[in-house]
Amino acid sequence: MLVLSLISLVGLNAYCKQFVQGLSTTGMTDQVSWGMYIANFTFLVGMAAAAVMLVIPVYVYKNKELHDLVIFGELLAVAAIVMCLLFVTADLGRPDRFHHMLLRFNFPISMLTWDVLVLNGYLALNLHICGYLVYCAYKKETPSKKFYIPFVFIAIFWALSIHTVTAFLYVGLGGRPFWNSAIIAPRFLASAFAAGPAFLVLTLQIIGKYTMYNVPRKALLTLKNIITVALTINMFLLICELFTEFYTDSTHVASMKYLLFGLHGKHALVPWIWSGIGLNTFALIILYLPFTKSLPFINVACVCMIIGIWIEKGMGLIVPAFIPTPLGEIVEYLPTLNETLVCLGIWAFGLLLYSIFVRITVPVLNGRLTIDKDFIYKEYYHD
Amino acid sequence: MSSDHQKNGKSTCGQVSRRSFLRQGTSVAAGLAAFTAALKPLADLKPEDLPSVDEFLQKHYKEMSSDEMSQALKRISDKVEKRFEIRPDIKDIKAKDGVEFVYALNLTRCIGCRKCVHACVAENNQSREPEIQYIRVLEMPKGTLDLEQGNHHYDKPQVPSQDHFYMPVQCHQCANPPCVKVCPVEATWTEPDGITVIDYDWCIGCRYCEAACPYWARRFNFSEPKLPKKDLNPNMSYLSNRPREKGVMEKCHFCLHRTREGRMPACLEVCPVGARKFGNVLDPESEVSQILKNKRVFVLKEDVGTLPRFFYYFDEQHPRLKGDQQL
Repeated sequence: MLVLSLISLVGLNAYCKQFVQGLSTTGMTDQVSWGMYIANFTFLVGMAAAAVMLVIPVYVYKNKELHDLVIFGELLAVAAIVMCLLFVTADLGRPDRFHHMLLRFNFPISMLTWDVLVLNGYLALNLHICGYLVYCAYKKETPSKKFYIPFVFIAIFWALSIHTVTAFLYVGLGGRPFWNSAIIAPRFLASAFAAGPAFLVLTLQIIGKYTMYNVPRKALLTLKNIITVALTINMFLLICELFTEFYTDSTHVASMKYLLFGLHGKHALVPWIWSGIGLNTFALIILYLPFTKSLPFINVACVCMIIGIWIEKGMGLIVPAFIPTPLGEIVEYLPTLNETLVCLGIWAFGLLLYSIFVRITVPVLNGRLTIDKDFIYKEYYHD
Repeated sequence: MSSDHQKNGKSTCGQVSRRSFLRQGTSVAAGLAAFTAALKPLADLKPEDLPSVDEFLQKHYKEMSSDEMSQALKRISDKVEKRFEIRPDIKDIKAKDGVEFVYALNLTRCIGCRKCVHACVAENNQSREPEIQYIRVLEMPKGTLDLEQGNHHYDKPQVPSQDHFYMPVQCHQCANPPCVKVCPVEATWTEPDGITVIDYDWCIGCRYCEAACPYWARRFNFSEPKLPKKDLNPNMSYLSNRPREKGVMEKCHFCLHRTREGRMPACLEVCPVGARKFGNVLDPESEVSQILKNKRVFVLKEDVGTLPRFFYYFDEQHPRLKGDQQL
């Protein structure tokens, strides 16, 4: 936690520099006007919806293994959304004018206003659900279903909405053929439902190892199944997209060509995207092999997939849409050190937040087990 | 830390040993010191970098009363005077009824000299370092309109080159502008005379409009604009060429401080070959109306549905001339 705090402070320092000098401290230009900030934002919106992949099996299909892990998913969602909001703020040229959002909110025309609403709404919903459950555990009371079950169901649909709206942010721009494709939203959902739970698989094991909290192995395997399906769909959609672009071979394929093979001698993204695709394919193969049911293998797959999808969403979804520009100019994008430090800082702060949440939540959930008989968490601790 | 505290509940509260007090005190002090160190770059902020109370409370352009507007204009004048040592003549010039501005550009005539690019920069108080240009001239090989084949950075001792034609691109002032649609704070909108403008004091710098524009017409102030005192054009208006600040968007506005008062845009005036035509399309006698009626005009990227108010055309030539002088 000390390390995370230090990195957060380094990031804050870098952001202060940016605040003073302007966004020229980043690698962004008029040609590539969105970079690492928006890329990380996009990836984290996906992570935030990981919670829903735990919630659906629990509340819709009554899957018991995942039941008490839901809260860790939702805490992750909270931390991820906080990171999202920080990334968007870091991207603003005039953060001092943030209040203009409240005074003239271009709703419902601008998709960005939708995104502001759904992200903050999702944050509020998850804070409510987690906060209420932890509070009840702390007070040794049975949570009243009235106060959280309806919100859980709202949160399920809301999680879909944060993805869809974030994808619509890009999809609706006719001037950017790379984004102007209906498949972006479903692909975004599929990759999020792979990367989010993959992150949880790793986190839950860490929680299980370093705290008193017992994480059932079966729950991890259920998550593994979710990941496998989501990643398969993601790869399928990728193939669909590649086919449409390359078989048609119209001028719209330029950005995709730049991303995968380079264009007119410029190919900064090529090594990235192929390592991303490679990592995802490797993860998929591991997940499908019959003898890889053991956790170490799954963990390798999860790590590969998280990195792979981060590349795919970051380098592969945001940046190439700007290359070439609508006027056909090719200007490449390379993040600066300062920009990278801001990103690292925000990530560190998010993870710090998540560790604090977990460290508060675990003892609260554990501390109550011998006393209250009706509490929903009882059966899992009372062994 | 927190976990112990939570687990034992109230029992640990109120029992603080000297050692733990010192230890915690030291870490809090170290934390605060680190936090202050992290904030250190903020010390470089100049007072004028931060908005004053009046600037902070300034309303959106459309919500300002005429009193509030004159106060805002005075504030801007003071700021410009302080920075450039010249009292600017700044106005808020409104659109006129019965006017819709349209631009027409004759590609047969354009020789790619880029005089329009530089006249625009001189007129509109853009940053000189880095230089922000609203007009981008593409050198296109004859026989294609595929923009990807255009050369943005041609640098020749002499233009035009025989095998190319030249295509200047600037804000197309669309009737269905994607940039206006996406702005989350309505900092950009289309005026009644068809010009899409930006309230530089309202823009939050998210650059969504820049991503949405199919013509790459918008420019962002990534750093504090640098404009030498001697280069300031003191004739300015609120919605057009007043000096901008760091972190906001800008773009071509058809020189509205000139055109709304009956003059021609700077890029048109400087054009040595008369390739640029500008006027009111609602007046059937205007030159642009005649061009739209009689020439074979086209718009760039008609398929994106933006309905530009910026038209291109080629002069028609007699078939006999085709041999020695091509398009």
